[in-house]
Amino acid sequence: MQASTQDSHDVSTMLERMVTDLATLLSTRQISDPVMIGIHTGGVWIAQALHQALEIKQPLGSLNISFYRDDFTQVGMHPQVEPSSLPFSVDGQHIILVDDVLHTGRTIRAALNEIFDYGRPASVILACLIERSGKELPIAADVAAEHMDLLAAQHIKLTGPEPLVLELTPAKQANK
Amino acid sequence: MKQHDIQFDDNGQLRHFLTIEGLKRDTLTEILDTAENFVTIGDQQVKKVPLLRGKTIINLFFESSTRTRTTFELAAKRLSADVMSINIDTSSASKGEDLLDMLHNLEAMHCDMFVVRHMQSGAAHFIAQHVSPHISVINAGDGQHAHPTQGMLDMFTIRKHKKDFTGLKAAIVGDIMHSRVARSEIHAMNIMGIPEIRVIGPHTLIPPGAESLGVHVYHDMEEGLKDVDVVVMLRLQRERMTGALLPSESEYFHTYGLTQEKLALAKPDAIVMHPGPINRGVEIESAVADGPQSVILDQVSNGIAVRMAIMSRVLGRQPQGALANSSEGET
Repeated sequence: MQASTQDSHDVSTMLERMVTDLATLLSTRQISDPVMIGIHTGGVWIAQALHQALEIKQPLGSLNISFYRDDFTQVGMHPQVEPSSLPFSVDGQHIILVDDVLHTGRTIRAALNEIFDYGRPASVILACLIERSGKELPIAADVAAEHMDLLAAQHIKLTGPEPLVLELTPAKQANK
Repeated sequence: MKQHDIQFDDNGQLRHFLTIEGLKRDTLTEILDTAENFVTIGDQQVKKVPLLRGKTIINLFFESSTRTRTTFELAAKRLSADVMSINIDTSSASKGEDLLDMLHNLEAMHCDMFVVRHMQSGAAHFIAQHVSPHISVINAGDGQHAHPTQGMLDMFTIRKHKKDFTGLKAAIVGDIMHSRVARSEIHAMNIMGIPEIRVIGPHTLIPPGAESLGVHVYHDMEEGLKDVDVVVMLRLQRERMTGALLPSESEYFHTYGLTQEKLALAKPDAIVMHPGPINRGVEIESAVADGPQSVILDQVSNGIAVRMAIMSRVLGRQPQGALANSSEGET
């Protein structure tokens, strides 16, 4: 049932693909000086690689979207990872927002809300390592290294930061 | 005395925040870590997160307060909750309304949290015992008993400036007897693992048997301040004193007031804290209160983030069954 081969799960190959696609997209849109924001935790790992490869001048930003989640009343407060850090003004910036796996779209909805609480960006590009099935909001990746059709009970997870590995949990083992 | 049990719901999650006594270090650490995340909200153009949108919080202040009430209000507002503060002087009491009747009326307005300050010890516990199951109560100071959010914001401030609690010497100076801040602080310091906690004050203002709280008692300030990393000055609570516990304020200042000379006995990088409001020239001289080692205003700012963390913690309880063991986050 796994659509992908071992080879396409190689994260460094996928990152190269993202770099190429992002470079193309930026030049098509004539964006020369973007800023990049990764979403904790997996998105930050991916963003670190992209940030370096694309030679983005401004330091990398990171978002912890815990305070913007839409399921707070259901899942409560989780222990925190790291605070959000946007070491630049987002006003008028072209932002590349990076996450590891785009699934329901709820994380991105939360991230966009948080970004807009910091200011008004000129544009936001969404880059994800994997865009999987299970969308619940009208949110799509502008750049994704891979698109995967997965069952609802299957989980794909990025572990890292060193090495970055994708783990696919088959439906049988999946719980929670 | 199982008063802390009431703080937890049936799933063992923190429902009320009434006292620090009896809480675990992990719980306190999680609150401090969460507060750390709330500090950066001050950097946002929109200084708000939508976490408690749709929740209603009522501040019930039976005793006057500026700092605590304001920071609780701001904390609620930055979490996007709807908040209102009620100062209960004698007006409702004079109409003969019973406290529980008033609570039930407020509950009927569908609120989710009461933040309670009261001049009587145990008031917040009493209220917590009588509210409906979905309501949380936070103690914003009850009589001489506890002021747990102040204790937490002081721990936050200490951790921010000293990075770590291990190896610290802390001194709490002044009116220990009447101070709920001191009580909450001593519990918090013990739980967080500050190895040496001293209390300094005259015999009349240190409760007998204070050592049983896990502190060293000093009556000589010079001796007590020697080599400490943290100095917590307490306000002389004249309104709670009955009888002649002190000869005079000027004599108190002479013996227990924090001056630059006395502060020089502490470590050179010692921080000076005070829960406010300060009585300049009574327990602390202005040169120290406004000096480079003072973190008194920092405490006030930290109070907002810490109160946000506590409010979101108790209102964001996971429903039964969904409780994952919540200590995966290493910091």
